[in-house]
Amino acid sequence: MSEITSILATDCGSTTTKAILIEKRGDEYRLIVRGEAPTTVEAPFDDVTVGVINAVREVEELAGKRILDADGRIIRPLRADGSGVDVYLSTSSAGGGLQMTVAGVVKAMSAESAERAALGAGAIIIDVIAVDDGRKDYEKVKRIRELRPDMILMSGGTDGGTVKHLVEIAEMLVSADPKPRLGVGLALPVIYAGNKDAREGVKEILGDRVDLRIVDNLRPTLDRENLDPAREAIHELFLQHVMQQAPGYGKLSSWVSSGIMSTPNAVGKIIQTVAEERGINVLAVDIGGATTDVFSVFNKVYNRTVSANLGMSYSICNVLAEAGTANIARWAPFQVDETSLRNSLRNKMVRPTTIPQTMRDLRIEQSVAREALRLAFEHHKTLARSLKGVQTVRTIGEILDQKETGETLVDMMSLDMIVGSGGVLSHAPRRAEAAYMMLDAYQPEGVTMLAVDSIFMMPQLGVLSTVHPQAAAQVFDRDCLIKLGSVIAPVGRIKPGELACTVEMGGECHRVSFGELRLVPLGVGETARATVKPSGKMDVGAGRGKEINVEVEGGAVGVMIDCRGRPLVLPDEAGARIAKLREWHEALGLAVE
Amino acid sequence: MGTAYTPGLTVSPGTTIRKTRRLPLKGRVTVELGQRVTARTVVARTEIPGVMQTIKVAEMLGLDPGEAVAALKVGKGDSLEPGQVIAESRSFFGLFKSEVKSPFAGTVELISNTTGHVGVRMPSTPVEVTAYIDGTVAEIIPEEGVVVEAYGALVQGIFGVGGERSGTLVVPAQSPEAQLTEELVWDKHAGAVLVGGAGITLGALKKAAAVGAAGIVVGAIADTDLIDYLGHDIGVAITGQEDIPTTVILTEGFGTIRMAQRTFDLLKSLEGRQVSINGATQIRAGVIRPEVIAPLEARPEAAGPPSKGQVLEIGSSIRIIREPYFGALGTVTKLPPEPVEIESGATVRVLEAQLADDSSVRVPRANVEIIEG
Repeated sequence: MSEITSILATDCGSTTTKAILIEKRGDEYRLIVRGEAPTTVEAPFDDVTVGVINAVREVEELAGKRILDADGRIIRPLRADGSGVDVYLSTSSAGGGLQMTVAGVVKAMSAESAERAALGAGAIIIDVIAVDDGRKDYEKVKRIRELRPDMILMSGGTDGGTVKHLVEIAEMLVSADPKPRLGVGLALPVIYAGNKDAREGVKEILGDRVDLRIVDNLRPTLDRENLDPAREAIHELFLQHVMQQAPGYGKLSSWVSSGIMSTPNAVGKIIQTVAEERGINVLAVDIGGATTDVFSVFNKVYNRTVSANLGMSYSICNVLAEAGTANIARWAPFQVDETSLRNSLRNKMVRPTTIPQTMRDLRIEQSVAREALRLAFEHHKTLARSLKGVQTVRTIGEILDQKETGETLVDMMSLDMIVGSGGVLSHAPRRAEAAYMMLDAYQPEGVTMLAVDSIFMMPQLGVLSTVHPQAAAQVFDRDCLIKLGSVIAPVGRIKPGELACTVEMGGECHRVSFGELRLVPLGVGETARATVKPSGKMDVGAGRGKEINVEVEGGAVGVMIDCRGRPLVLPDEAGARIAKLREWHEALGLAVE
Repeated sequence: MGTAYTPGLTVSPGTTIRKTRRLPLKGRVTVELGQRVTARTVVARTEIPGVMQTIKVAEMLGLDPGEAVAALKVGKGDSLEPGQVIAESRSFFGLFKSEVKSPFAGTVELISNTTGHVGVRMPSTPVEVTAYIDGTVAEIIPEEGVVVEAYGALVQGIFGVGGERSGTLVVPAQSPEAQLTEELVWDKHAGAVLVGGAGITLGALKKAAAVGAAGIVVGAIADTDLIDYLGHDIGVAITGQEDIPTTVILTEGFGTIRMAQRTFDLLKSLEGRQVSINGATQIRAGVIRPEVIAPLEARPEAAGPPSKGQVLEIGSSIRIIREPYFGALGTVTKLPPEPVEIESGATVRVLEAQLADDSSVRVPRANVEIIEG
């Protein structure tokens, strides 16, 4: 293939289809323009390509370049007159994304591994069925029948282990006789990734009642997960089955240079690429209207979770239900009336496209976002964990520490970067607001870089990374990621007002008290060596009271020294809490209301 | 985007309404093209296969799976009656007989050599789909359902709970600002669809349910009252399946919000008519809004002025749907093309409007909806 110089990529979201044009200018790939249009998967269009063409037309107008031919098809490859593109790629989460049910024998073991496999492949899990999940068989059958997933992933038993339970799960599936969500009359795809000895028994029961695919066991032994074969099978079936049934996707599939990828799967790819190339631990979040996705790579282990009912518009009342009014109101730097808060969030739910007009309304929305981010992160921590049920040799120290198998892999002290995306973070009127929300929701420890995705193009860059990693990495660095600045956050709790740490950087010495949040100006692209000396009971990564010398980086906000303590505890009394919140707003240069 | 405003909900005294009525599984269409149907006419029918129940024969007889299969008295495809012996084994030189009886009627669908289990499919459950509105069958979807078409009044709400129901429309509220209170709900309202104004008290809602009212159409409700009525919280805006006696449709939102005059006047004009209502709401891509439909006998000669469509222009009547002017009505006076910084600090496209009290305000375009007509 000749050199690729022009790339078009679209992401068909549930409400908006976004198109980006990337071109090689000189030695590097850069984002040229971005266009968008409403997604057209639903009536009256029932054809995703209508929205794709509309978004690409906007790109054509903005870039002053022809990409579509007279029949509305993408011109490929790039022509001598400059029209067309070399590569066209797409991701999709429209029409409900990829909805899966997973089944396993033991809830905390094989079913959980199956859940991780499906989530990592970009699915939304609509139910997790396990032999020991506490429900009666008929309840599970009823549930499988009602849900109508796009596909089912079945797992369980280590290789050479239980056969009987797997055959029983297969019987349960036959009993429910589930139908796929899309494509009336088609057989439901079922991926079997369990004990290899049970394959024949499962095949005998399921027969041709479903579209059965058999792959390697995703948990061949208790201490090993092998999720890739199941993830590949999910991706393949997503392309062959789900994408072919969704309206207009058959046509879209014939346009793309490489298979359509589910949006979260693509975001996962770019996060993994970044973590791998830079050798860092990364946490990324995409907070949308309906769902919040969390991605992490800790010590090279990738995990993704989706909180299907935590979001800022359609699902905003679920944040209210899960967090409670008090937890949302605690972040507002003013008194909040509970009844009006509840009614206003309900009104946002029924009119999801409205935006805060007043500062007060914005602060309320950002308070909800903190809780949505926090809850989704809690969920992520419970699933991103080491394998349960593994026999390990433990040291005396670990036994005394009560360390167990199944601990979360999320270690905030070793985290290097947090990337936030989604409207409430990417489009916050001031970048400091995005940084502040992430500080409160995630409470990073030690030294961590905060960043936001400027216009949410991680999906397109994810799919691009599979065909042209260099272009994806360059655009990610130069046009996608907006660095907000490093955070220095000592862990521990001491008396308010006592010295928490001293930071020497740029020839200045910053003495920061416990309970204080301080912003030190350092611009985009600027770095500085910093010597951080925590007080006796505080820790910035080297141990209590131990000094570290690190390079910190500036950004759109600056270097943030967060000495509010970990865990962050807000004063109980409303007046004291509001006073503190006002102080922190001011420290970041933010108005209160 | 140029369309950065919320399209208004339809409130029309006369429009063509098409409703797709589909079975959950393939089945049989029971009406013909062009046939007149009423809301209660069954238009398609199918049978949902029963659940397969597993009888654990091997465990019940204390045999290995292979031995259990050998002990079966029935084969695949056999029909079973309750109490019918399906397996039998003899032990201790044939002196003791153990047997397994089917606890239910059904058909043997599965015999597993691996587990020694027998799967019995229970009888099917019939499922019917009705026309939902009075009208004419305009299209047949072979083996799946029909499209019913009618000419009539249509009021879309913003949010609802509860499924399809029909009844006579009654308007106990005196004005669009009135509260629907307990005293306004009577026993005679059984089966009726009651229209309120700006809100409804929890007492009135509970009484309406107790007397068996089919539905309530009201401007707004306090969120805590709705939760109390439902018995559970609403997390995500996907509704319609709630197990409640009375469907509730909100035309404006949550809290206390005066029902739009036009909506109230239209509903008032339909008083005494038979209406079909559905509270089902889905606020995501493929939006479903709750609705009140009143089919009219004949299309009038002059069906009123045609709708101006959902174009935001100077002179458009709008309602503001977000703080600080939530619920205010006005007329668009300016549509500046360039994005403008608003109080929150965001830079967005705005409009200027004159409100009913003659004051002039500037609001994001995303925070208004057009009032049709």
